[in-house]
Amino acid sequence: MRKTCLNEIYQLAKRDDRVVFIGSDIGTGTLDEFRREIPERFLMEGVSEGYLIGMMTGLAMNGKIPYLNTIATFLTRRCYEQILLDAGLHRQPIRLLGSGGGMVYAPLGPTHTAMEDFAILRAIPHMTVIAPSDAEEMKRLIPQTLDYPDPIYIRLAKGGDPVVSHPDKPFQIGQAMVLREGTEVLLVATGITTQIALEAAKILGESNISAGVLHVHTLKPFDNETLLEMLSLVKVVVSIEEHTLIGGLGSIVAEILAEANFDRPKKFRRLAFPDTFLEEYGSQESSLKRYGVTAENAVATVMGLFQETCKTK
Amino acid sequence: MGVNHVLPPLDTVGIYQRQQILQILQKTGRGHIGSAFSIMEIVRVLYDEVLKYDPHNPQWDQRDRFVLSKGHGCLALYVQLATKGFFSEEELWRVSADGAMLGGHPEYGRVPGIEASTGSLGHGLPIGVGIALAAHLDRKNFRSFVLIGDGECNEGTIWEAALAAGKHQLSNLVVILDSNKFQCYSSTFEVLNLEPLADKWQSFGFAVREADGHNLLALSNLFKSLPFTHNKPNLIICHTVKGKGISELENNPAWHHKTRVPTAEMTRLINLLMKENEKNLPE
Repeated sequence: MRKTCLNEIYQLAKRDDRVVFIGSDIGTGTLDEFRREIPERFLMEGVSEGYLIGMMTGLAMNGKIPYLNTIATFLTRRCYEQILLDAGLHRQPIRLLGSGGGMVYAPLGPTHTAMEDFAILRAIPHMTVIAPSDAEEMKRLIPQTLDYPDPIYIRLAKGGDPVVSHPDKPFQIGQAMVLREGTEVLLVATGITTQIALEAAKILGESNISAGVLHVHTLKPFDNETLLEMLSLVKVVVSIEEHTLIGGLGSIVAEILAEANFDRPKKFRRLAFPDTFLEEYGSQESSLKRYGVTAENAVATVMGLFQETCKTK
Repeated sequence: MGVNHVLPPLDTVGIYQRQQILQILQKTGRGHIGSAFSIMEIVRVLYDEVLKYDPHNPQWDQRDRFVLSKGHGCLALYVQLATKGFFSEEELWRVSADGAMLGGHPEYGRVPGIEASTGSLGHGLPIGVGIALAAHLDRKNFRSFVLIGDGECNEGTIWEAALAAGKHQLSNLVVILDSNKFQCYSSTFEVLNLEPLADKWQSFGFAVREADGHNLLALSNLFKSLPFTHNKPNLIICHTVKGKGISELENNPAWHHKTRVPTAEMTRLINLLMKENEKNLPE
């Protein structure tokens, strides 16, 4: 996904001289072609994230569209005030590409896991927060970032993630995507948990439970309308995310659900990480499993909630 | 580097503009007086003689950009911007009031002539480096001026930005360091010693000069000689006095930020400002 993303930016840079690529101190050889062809707009600036956000803001104020890539944790936490005050308050079109969002870097420990990036970034006015599901979706996203007026954070997944997005489903920043219709259950997901939601929906379908999947690639601005439309159809709602329980997708769904005041309340659960630092090493997959962010647990959760709805009838 | 530490008296404009700032404090109830008084002459010379700008077209793309990184000194900038016609002088008497255009720190997009929202320290210089870099990329001639405080040099982003400015050889970047030797709590020597300050900036790749930050002529001459070299960013250490103009305020941390000064006290201070500088005026 990262390779696709960076290559798309290179393509943009070739046809639009406003595009500037900035790395802090990323892997050697990254975008070498870009560096050779357009050296003045390929900047490797060093491990100084606070400075980088301010510098990008200065570039953007003067007509440039800077794209910064580094590891998601350092891109969101180290320079949080700069994102808030420089990019947010000045409302400048800088683009932040966070490598290894969520548990991708679980083998490297808690300093490298970005479990709270949605929560902290969506609290910033004017910020747009996006987590594409796969590389194909990334290809559809990046061209839309060129003339988008606000700062954007894009969470990049591990790479090689199964492709579940469709070229025939129009991608639009800020518009949630119905990947599967369902009349009884709604699974809401973002990033690579959309793959998990689709798998869970398929398993539920085999048990004759009609589960829809809403892929919310854009967490902010959030597509309340599509979510409410989908919610109105179902009795059970489960959100699935590679993020802490605090302030991410589940929180957003909970907020919207609570304020919707449906006549017939929905059964609702959030699948996400508990409020703790990463306690064990292991792969992204094993970490997701440990915290129950899996298709199996989504199915079990839905089944449990489904039974409750039967009891309350 | 030789620095003339014999400070000149304030001239009538210097006295008048400080009086305006005291009146803002009186009318609005709060302000960073010491920090504003230390940069008055620097900002004045910039807007009188150095910066290219058009108050009727604040977004003119060829203008020089001036970022007040030490945003808490904004009263000095507001007074200059009002004097030059960026906005009405009436705005000065409503700073921070309900519905006011001007606030306790400068805001981009809200106030004509303000190039960056500052107030949290260490943000203006990185933005200023980005501005200089943009001009460089587009081969444009505008310059990026950034005024930072010495206390502000405690922030790591100042040094991150300094490293980058040196690397990119941004000769269109002019960093002005208001060296008043005081920060909120106490002296910069006591809180976090920055010396040898000139050597530090030189070692980061800057062409460094020093000046008396209240000497209009010295400042003017120095700014006229920019850029100091063709392939280095510029740094001017301006030796200033925090609270310059009224002896009771000078080097007095109690005047870093002041609120609610009674009218009688304010009248006394304004009289003191006149009296102390009158006696200094050349015969």
